[in-house]
Amino acid sequence: MANKFVQWMDERIPMTKTWNIHLAQYPAPKNFNMWYIFGVLAMLVLVNQILTGIWLTMNYVPSAEGAFASVEYIMRDVEYGWLLRYMHSTGASAFFVVVYLHMFRGMMYGSYQKPRELLWLFGMFIFLVLMAEAFMGYLLPWGQMSYWGAQVIISLFGAIPVIGDDLTLWIRGDYVISGATLNRFFALHVIALPLVLVILVFLHIIALHEVGSNNPDGVAIKKPKGSVPDEEKPKFKFHERFTKKYDIVDAIPFYPYYIVKDLIGIGIFLFFFCYVIFFNPEMGGFFLEPPNFEPANPLKTPEHIAPVWYFTPFYAILRAVPDKLLGVILMFAAIVLLALLPWIDRGKVRSVRYRSVLHKLNLVNFVISFVVLGYLGTQPATPVATLFAQIFTFLYFAFFVFLFFYSRREKTKPVPERVTS
Amino acid sequence: MSNAPVDKGRRRFLTVATGVVGGAGAAFTAVPFIASWNPSAKAKNAGAPVEVNIAKAEPGQMIRVKWRGKPVWVVRRTPEMLDGLGKIEDNLRDPNSEEPQQPPYAANKYRSIKEEFFVAVGICTHLGCSPTYLPSGMGEHVEGVESGFFCPCHGSKFDIAGRVFQSVPAPLNLVVPPHYYVDDNTILVGEEKGQA
Repeated sequence: MANKFVQWMDERIPMTKTWNIHLAQYPAPKNFNMWYIFGVLAMLVLVNQILTGIWLTMNYVPSAEGAFASVEYIMRDVEYGWLLRYMHSTGASAFFVVVYLHMFRGMMYGSYQKPRELLWLFGMFIFLVLMAEAFMGYLLPWGQMSYWGAQVIISLFGAIPVIGDDLTLWIRGDYVISGATLNRFFALHVIALPLVLVILVFLHIIALHEVGSNNPDGVAIKKPKGSVPDEEKPKFKFHERFTKKYDIVDAIPFYPYYIVKDLIGIGIFLFFFCYVIFFNPEMGGFFLEPPNFEPANPLKTPEHIAPVWYFTPFYAILRAVPDKLLGVILMFAAIVLLALLPWIDRGKVRSVRYRSVLHKLNLVNFVISFVVLGYLGTQPATPVATLFAQIFTFLYFAFFVFLFFYSRREKTKPVPERVTS
Repeated sequence: MSNAPVDKGRRRFLTVATGVVGGAGAAFTAVPFIASWNPSAKAKNAGAPVEVNIAKAEPGQMIRVKWRGKPVWVVRRTPEMLDGLGKIEDNLRDPNSEEPQQPPYAANKYRSIKEEFFVAVGICTHLGCSPTYLPSGMGEHVEGVESGFFCPCHGSKFDIAGRVFQSVPAPLNLVVPPHYYVDDNTILVGEEKGQA
């Protein structure tokens, strides 16, 4: 009966074929480590955001008059509304946690290098859309920080010469941030951007499965056809799409092996996720900022406006530059340079395991600059803090400049032929 | 079916011409989608510039109008008030209007276009209360200063050019809105000269 159904389906749509190509007969390197969990976790969080988001729209009122009250209504009167909202708000922060770790994994193991440049670019677009999605979502509760945060970010576009003022007017749809802004952000947040996000994730995965996964050794598991003796090939059946042109070594099928591994990772992730939802949903003001518990008031500026933690590294760069336009340019450059990594890094060795000490130190420099900038972005801009922000902004950009120069003739260790287990 | 040889040049021309026409159509179709993001007629109306007739303002008098939901002050300053401006600059946070709290044409000593008339948004830069205008009696709050603005909420003090004093909660000078003189007796608040 079940067989008959599968056969009936397969004659009309490539069901079994898709399952095999992308899961049951997809060759994944056998040496994945725990850094390879974050892609799956990002997908899990995406599903969480879409699901809880749909449920939130059922009671949310997208208007300047009703938004704040409707969020309170969801929190107090809707059954389990508090849970749905905390899942959504915690999910937003969790999304950035896993995406930042996912991106750093790619940087460590050179997963952006040829032939995975396009895969990396799709990932960067996902990151961009995610930032837009988070920014617009943050306006919706219509609290003080929603309002003034949006005010600060939208006014960034005002720094663009000539068209700046008209552009901000066009984005806001009013002379100040108003219900018109809220409504369009709602529309973009709940339909336009999620749609783009899902399409980009689809393309990201298709591109990944076309070139194959990288691994912690950065060594290809595709060898020239006929170069590997049969006894060294894995004892698994991989889809002929992968074996037609290459001999596959050191691989296991994604399903069931990595699915099971990922389930363990998901379990550990949910442990932390649930801790935040149930015991610490505001996360000390980092996930939900205290001023946002007050309705938006255009006449009253909060003492200290800080974006949510995941934007603070870029916000710190923006504030470190005394000139507004230059600050905006540098802030966007900080993201664009990440996207250009496949071309900035001219090295041939992928994994940090076999790269020079200089490269390891440079990566450490990048992480420290990013974290310190992230911290500084949450703090008021005192002269000392600004000086530090300038130093670490310099170091952040220095990462890319150094990388460009030393990567061409880098002293690397010998790379093994096959992955190490 | 005719067996005439394919005219490749003609085919390419038709393909390109069709593409161009289609592209132009798509570009025009984008117009309503993009234009609908502009402020609506209602928003434009609510944000429209406000005319202020200053013909009958007495020296020392303040006229209040409402612009975009906020109070806007027009103060006709007396010569004594203007003379006092230069004497207190050591006590001010931003005496030279370096922070972008005013349009460039008001970034001067008087923070105004004509020195006599001071135009400002009457909202304290601290937490949005509306300060009280003290044409005389400011000396109660700042020694040796005759006139200014005092915010009753948290005690922020501004001089008669809206410049904030030191050691008060407000961080910035009062905002000077965009404005210009339509004629000698009329100020238009909310629009710059030459703007549509």
